[in-house]
Amino acid sequence: MSKRIEVTDLDVYYSRFLAVQNVSLTIEPRTVTAFIGPSGCGKSTLLRTLNRMHEVVPGARVEGRVLIDGDDLYAPDVDPVLVRRQVGMVFQRPNPFPTMSIRENVLAGVRLNNRRMPRADADDLVERSLASANLWNEVKDRLNLPGSSLSGGQQQRLCIARAVAVAPDVLLMDEPCSALDPISTLAIEDLIEELKQQYTIVIVTHNMQQASRVSDRTAFFNISGAGTPGTLIEYDDTATIFSRPSVQATEDYVSGKFG
Amino acid sequence: MTTDTARRGGIRLGDRVFAGSAATAGALILIVLAAVAVFLIAQSLPALGAGPGELPGTAQNFWVYVWPLVFGTIWSAFLALLVATPLSIGIALFISHYAPRRLAQALGYVIDLLAAVPSVVFGLWGIVVLAPFVQPMYSWLVANLGWIPLFAGPVSGTGRTVLTASVVLAVMVLPIMTAICREVFLQAPRLHEEAALALGATRWEMIRMAVLPFARAGIVSAIMLGLGRALGETMAVAMVLSPALVVNMFLLTSINPNTIAANIALQFPEATGVSVNALIASGLVLFLVTLGINMIARYIVGRRRAFSGANA
Ligand SMILES: Nc1ncnc2c1ncn2[C@@H]1O[C@H](COP(=O)(O)OP(=O)(O)O)[C@@H](O)[C@H]1O
Ligand SMILES: [Mg+2]
Repeated sequence: MSKRIEVTDLDVYYSRFLAVQNVSLTIEPRTVTAFIGPSGCGKSTLLRTLNRMHEVVPGARVEGRVLIDGDDLYAPDVDPVLVRRQVGMVFQRPNPFPTMSIRENVLAGVRLNNRRMPRADADDLVERSLASANLWNEVKDRLNLPGSSLSGGQQQRLCIARAVAVAPDVLLMDEPCSALDPISTLAIEDLIEELKQQYTIVIVTHNMQQASRVSDRTAFFNISGAGTPGTLIEYDDTATIFSRPSVQATEDYVSGKFG
Repeated sequence: MTTDTARRGGIRLGDRVFAGSAATAGALILIVLAAVAVFLIAQSLPALGAGPGELPGTAQNFWVYVWPLVFGTIWSAFLALLVATPLSIGIALFISHYAPRRLAQALGYVIDLLAAVPSVVFGLWGIVVLAPFVQPMYSWLVANLGWIPLFAGPVSGTGRTVLTASVVLAVMVLPIMTAICREVFLQAPRLHEEAALALGATRWEMIRMAVLPFARAGIVSAIMLGLGRALGETMAVAMVLSPALVVNMFLLTSINPNTIAANIALQFPEATGVSVNALIASGLVLFLVTLGINMIARYIVGRRRAFSGANA
């Protein structure tokens, strides 16, 4: 179920503005890869090109190649809608649908493909998805309450359950803990550790400890100034990035000298 | 420091002036409303007790007199909303989520412009343009689908039927309904739209998941506003229809029920005695009908408040 992602010579534009330049990296299946770097260096932008969510912004486009298990994500006959069913996404702010119950939130993505799912199957899927997001025990007695009745950390785990329910190959997370308290953050980090068994995970984080705790590989991005494109500075095993990086800027960043 | 002094000095002068004027304005509105209500009720009383002969036409009592008008009012407004609601939601969605920015702006202006057209002009348009234009279609409907009670004949030769009047009403309420829908659609949180898209929703699926449920209360408000205007609108109906005091649901014949508002406008200049009271009483009934419908709408919106997104 998890897949390899190969990014080759990728440039990302917002209309005329080059936001990310010349990124090449390979992400192995069943690993957690962290994107770190100062604000505005294009971490979110690059992440969104991995499920074509950047196309939601008018004028946004890429040059270069992204392969998922060898299939070109940007081939002319590829439907971005289908890509997003394969590559799930969790956002910075928890965003369960407030007009749906907890149960309906989990099923939201599945209902798109399979409107007439038998009730027993749906119940089963809800339980499995919530369990794999470590949320089942907390919400099993109130599945019909609105998703927005949960705490922030629970809402974020509900969003993870919703993403997992469609059985994607890859999970993208854009600063999933930055709106959460430390306890909820730890719960999500534990969860990422478990999800790694099944999914290829890419996580953007501003938190150095988090990157070193949860990720196997770390990519450090930087910009040389406002208005310049972000570039990939260094990509290596997380242990290497945090102990003996080969580029001075990486060392300065991970040791907290800037950013 | 500063907060301490402010607290010691009590409420600031500006606050006091503002609170005072707001309270005065609020009280004034209530007084004016109460005065109107007292006037309406006092003037209505003679009609409520009136017997045969005193009321216009052959009505035995006030309720017999007013019932066809109530029916005509609700029926024409209902038909108008049946046309206007899907249209305004569709146009608003197109403007908010489909059209390129430029086109969306231009369309927005056109819609707002439509809202500024006086209702007399819409009435004229109904008579001069719309009625002759739709008459052949009415003939066709009666000839081919006449077995459906709604389309029963004989067909009106002028095209000036309750359906035509309702279409004119629909065009009149369209701008305000579209404007409100557009606003609520634009306010649908980006956060939830992206959540839907990231799950692999198409644009239409995204609208159904993240925009329409969020906009539910707003859509109901738009319908209520449109309904309020359709119920109270005089000119379109008064000009298009030559009405009768009947209760029927035939859409295409030349015998059509009148509405309360149009009836008042048509009859008031020549009314004398108890007839005047009857017209005023019918106005009171219109007010009660509008109030009742609004309360039902509020109840509908309030029922699922927890899921409204207001607490997201
Ligand atoms: N929707 C957008 N339209 C135009 N420019 C954008 C948009 N989103 C981000 N950018 C620009 O792209 C660059 C990278 O932004 P982003 O990917 O959000 O960085 P990060 O997530 O690393 O903080 C920034 O210069 C930002 O201003
Ligand atoms: Mg970001």
